[in-house]
Amino acid sequence: MATTVSPRAKQYTDELDRLWTERPGVLGWLTTTDHKRIGIMYFFTTLAFFGAGGVEALLIRSQLIGPNGHVLSPQAYDEVFTMHGITMIFLFVIPMTTGAFGNYLIPLMIGARDMAFPRLNALSFWIFLGSGLFMYAALLQGHAPNAGWFDYVPLASKQFDPGNNIDYYGYGLIFNGISSTIASINFIVTIFKLRAPGMSLNRMPLFCFAFLAVAFALLFALPSLSVAALFLELDRQLGFHFYDAAFGGAPLLWQNLFWIFGHPEVYIIILPAFGIATSIIPAFVHRRMVFFPLVALAEILVAFLGFGVWVHHMFTVGFSTLTTVYFAAASLIIVIPSAIQLFAWIATIVTGTPDFQTPLLFIIGFIVYFIIGGLSGITVAAIPFDQQVHDSYYIIAHFHFVIFGAAVFPILGGMYFWFPKVTGRVYHELTGKVSFWLTFAGTFITFFPMHIVGILGMPRRNYTYPPDMGWTLLNFIESIGSYLLAAGLILIVANLAISYFRGPRTDPPFEGDTLEWATSSPPPPYNFAVIPTVRSPYPMWDKEDRERDNQRLERGEGLLNLEHATPATTVQDAQLDEILSMPSHSPWPPLTALALTGVFAMLVMQHYWIAFGFLVVGGLTLLGWHQNEEQA
Amino acid sequence: MALGLGGCGKQSILSTRSKPAHDIALLWWWMLAAATVVFLGAVAMLAVAWFRRERPGLPFVGEREDLAQGMVLVFGIVVPLVALIGLFGVSDVYLVGQTAPPNPRTTRMTIDVIGHQWWWEVRYDGGRAITANEIHIPANTRVNVVATSADVIHSFWVPALNRKIDMVPGMRNRVLLYASTPGVYRGQCSQFCGLQHANMSLKVFAQRPDRFRAWLAGQERPGATPQGAQAAAGQRLFMNAQCASCHTIAGTPARGTVGPNLTHVASRTSLASDEIPNTPKWLAAWIRNPQKIKPGDRMPDLGLSEPQIAQLVAYLEQLR
Repeated sequence: MATTVSPRAKQYTDELDRLWTERPGVLGWLTTTDHKRIGIMYFFTTLAFFGAGGVEALLIRSQLIGPNGHVLSPQAYDEVFTMHGITMIFLFVIPMTTGAFGNYLIPLMIGARDMAFPRLNALSFWIFLGSGLFMYAALLQGHAPNAGWFDYVPLASKQFDPGNNIDYYGYGLIFNGISSTIASINFIVTIFKLRAPGMSLNRMPLFCFAFLAVAFALLFALPSLSVAALFLELDRQLGFHFYDAAFGGAPLLWQNLFWIFGHPEVYIIILPAFGIATSIIPAFVHRRMVFFPLVALAEILVAFLGFGVWVHHMFTVGFSTLTTVYFAAASLIIVIPSAIQLFAWIATIVTGTPDFQTPLLFIIGFIVYFIIGGLSGITVAAIPFDQQVHDSYYIIAHFHFVIFGAAVFPILGGMYFWFPKVTGRVYHELTGKVSFWLTFAGTFITFFPMHIVGILGMPRRNYTYPPDMGWTLLNFIESIGSYLLAAGLILIVANLAISYFRGPRTDPPFEGDTLEWATSSPPPPYNFAVIPTVRSPYPMWDKEDRERDNQRLERGEGLLNLEHATPATTVQDAQLDEILSMPSHSPWPPLTALALTGVFAMLVMQHYWIAFGFLVVGGLTLLGWHQNEEQA
Repeated sequence: MALGLGGCGKQSILSTRSKPAHDIALLWWWMLAAATVVFLGAVAMLAVAWFRRERPGLPFVGEREDLAQGMVLVFGIVVPLVALIGLFGVSDVYLVGQTAPPNPRTTRMTIDVIGHQWWWEVRYDGGRAITANEIHIPANTRVNVVATSADVIHSFWVPALNRKIDMVPGMRNRVLLYASTPGVYRGQCSQFCGLQHANMSLKVFAQRPDRFRAWLAGQERPGATPQGAQAAAGQRLFMNAQCASCHTIAGTPARGTVGPNLTHVASRTSLASDEIPNTPKWLAAWIRNPQKIKPGDRMPDLGLSEPQIAQLVAYLEQLR
C-alpha cells in the first residue's frame, strides 16, 4: 500500500527506522526482540518440525500399508508414533499458531509496535527451540519417548520403561511448557494493553479474541501437564509413588492430570484456526462477519467449557456411570458454541459475494472437515458408542479431521493469506488452487477410511495387523492418501518458496479488513509510522480513518519518534493510557534459554550437580538481563 | 462403502451377538443417518454460496442481516440443542445403563480376566480352572467378567459381545459378557501396552451350556501324566530348563506365573495370544524362536537343541 511519500513524511519514517532497525546479519537475528522476526523464526522452526512429524506420519502409513509390514521394528514404530504426536501438538500446531501467526500478526492487528514484553518473547522462542531440539536429540540417539504422546503410566514407569526415553518426554514437556507459559502471559498483556487508541474490546478483531482465549486456556491448562510430568519424573528418578498402585498411588491420577491439560489443549489447537478463518472470510466475501459479538462470545465459551470435558477421554477406565454422564453432557454442550461459529462462517459466506481464491478455499476445506470431525465428535459423546470405538481407528479419524482438517487447513490458508503481507510478493494462484485440491483430497483419502477401519475393530497404536481382518484394503487406501497429502503440502511450500524469490511485487488481490494491511508489506521494523486510531472492528474498511493516518504523518502527529516506544491503552475502552518505553535487541534471552537447555540435558543424564550449575548460570544471565542496556 | 463393509470383518462392532453390542450398533446407524443429513445440509449451504457468489444476501429474501443472524441462531443453537438432547437421552441416559457393570445378582457366573504383557489370563471360580487367551462361556448366559491387570493398563474388548473395559492396576473393573448364539468371537487389547500390543488378541468361545460344562470339567483336572519316553523326557526338560520358572502346569512342580498356565495348553486352538495356530509345527517354531514371532515378548529365546524342542512339543501336545 505504499503511496507516494512526501519528503517531510520520509524524514519522520527515517527517524523511526533509525530507532527501530536492529543489527544486521546473523547476530541481529540471534539478539532480535522484533515480534516479526521472532514470528518468522518460529515459522521456520515449526515448519521444520512439521516436516519431521510428517515424515514420521509417512513412516507409520508405510508400515501399515499392508498386513505384517516390516518397514519399522515394533520398538521403532512405538517411538515414531509417539514422536509424531508430540511433534505435531507441541512442536508444530501450538508454536505455529501462537508463535508464528500470533507473534507476527497480533501487534500488527492491534496497531502496536511490538509485543508487550519483547525480550520475554525472544526467550519463549529460544526455549521452544531448545525444548524441541532436546526431544529430538532423544530420537537421534535412538531412544525417543515410546509410550505414546499420552504416555500412560505404568507403561511409562521406570519398571516397564527403564531407559531414559520417557525422561526426554517428561523433562521435555516441562521445558516446553515454560515457553508456552511465557508466551501466553505476553499475549494476554499485549492484547489487553497495547491495542491502538479506539480499539475497545468490542472492536477487537475476532482473531485476537481467539488468541486471547487460547492464551488464557494455555495458562490454566499447562500447570496440570507440568505437574503431571514432574510427578512422573519424581516417580522415575527418585522412586516416588504418585502413579504406583502397589504403593497406594493411582495410574488414573496421570490420566486425569494429563487430560485436564489435554482437552483444553484440543481447543488451544483449534481456536487459532477459528481466528484465522474469521480473518480470511471477510476479506474474500466482501462483508462483515455475521453476528460478530456472538462469535466472539462463542470463541471464549469454547475455551472455557473445554476445561470441563476431560473425562470423555476416559469413558472406558471404569468410572461410575454418573461421572461419565456428567462429562458426556458437558462435551455435548460444547457443540453449541462450535455450531454458532460454524454457521456464522457459513452465513457470512452465503450472504457475501465470495471470491474463491486459494486462502478461502482452504477455509472452505476447513469448514467441511470441521463438520465431519465435529459430527464424529458428537458420536463419541454417546458413551456406549465411545466405549466401543475408544482407542480404535475411529478415534484417529475423528481427531485428525479436527486437528488436521480443521486446525491445519486454516494454518495453510493463513500461510497463503499473509504471504503477501510478510514478503511483499504474491504467490502463484493456480498452483495455490492445485495445492488446495491435492491437500483436500489427500486428507479425505487418508483419514476418512479410518472411520470404517475403526468400526471394523482395528485398535490404534498397533505396529501391525493380520491379513484376514477386513482392514487390508482400507489401510492401503489410507497410505496412498497420505502420500497424496504429502505431495499437496510439499506443493504449498514450493509455491511459497518460489514466490518468495520470483513472485510479482504487487498488492495482494484481496482487501483485508484488519490493521496489518494498513502498513507496507513487508512492514517496517516499527510497524506503523503513525499509531492508527480505530472506530470499528473493520478498521481497513474505514477508508477516511486510514486517509487521516496519512495526513497525520505529514503533520508529524502520533509518531512517537523520539524514543523506542509504543502507546499503551486502557483494557476495555482502549483510551490512551501511557507511552511504554520498549527494550531493544538483547543477547540475554538466547543465553538464558541456552542455560536452561543445559539444565534439562543434565537432568535427563542424571548429572544433578551440573544441572544445578547450569541453573546458576541461567540465574546470572537473568542478572545481565536486568541491567538497563543502552537504547539502539 | 460403510454400509457394504458394516457387516463383515472378524472384529466389527456391527456384527453383534449380544443386546448391548446390538443396541450400540443400532445407535451408530441412527447417528450416521443424522450426521449424513447435517453434513449434506451444511455442504448444500456452501454450494448455494458457490452458485450465488456474484450476488449478496440469501436466496429469495436478499440482503437482510436479521435473517442471516437468525440462520446462525437456528442452526447454531436451536437445531443442535434439540438433536443433542435427543442423543443424550437415548445414549447417555437410557443405553448407558446397558453397558454399565452388570448387577451381580443377574449374572450366573464370574470369570476373572487378567491382562499381562502380552497375553490374557483367564480364571474360573477363583482359580479352580486357569487358562489363557481363550475364554469359554456358556451361550445365552450372563457372565460377569472381572477385568484386572498384572502389570500395565490393558483394555479388554470383544466388539461382537460388548463395549471395552480398561484393565487398570489397582482397580477391579467389571463388564458383562453375553453371547446370544454359540460361536467364536475375536477380541483384542485396545489400550497401548508396549511392544507387542498389536499381537495381544483373544478368542471367546460361546458354547452350548452342556459343552461348556464338559470343557470346564476338563480344565479343572491337573495336567496329564506324559505317555511315552519322548514326552516324559519333555516333562523332565520342562521342569529343569527355564520353562517352569515362568509357567504353571497343575499337578507338577511347575509354578511360574509370568507366562500362561499350560496345564491344558493342547486344548487351545492358538498360541501366543492368538497369533499362531496351536499345531506341533507352530508350537516348535514358537519354542525355537519366540522373539521372531513376537519381537520383545517376555518369552526368551531359550537356545534349545532340536531334539529338546521335539521332546517339549511331545509333552505339551499331551496336555489336553
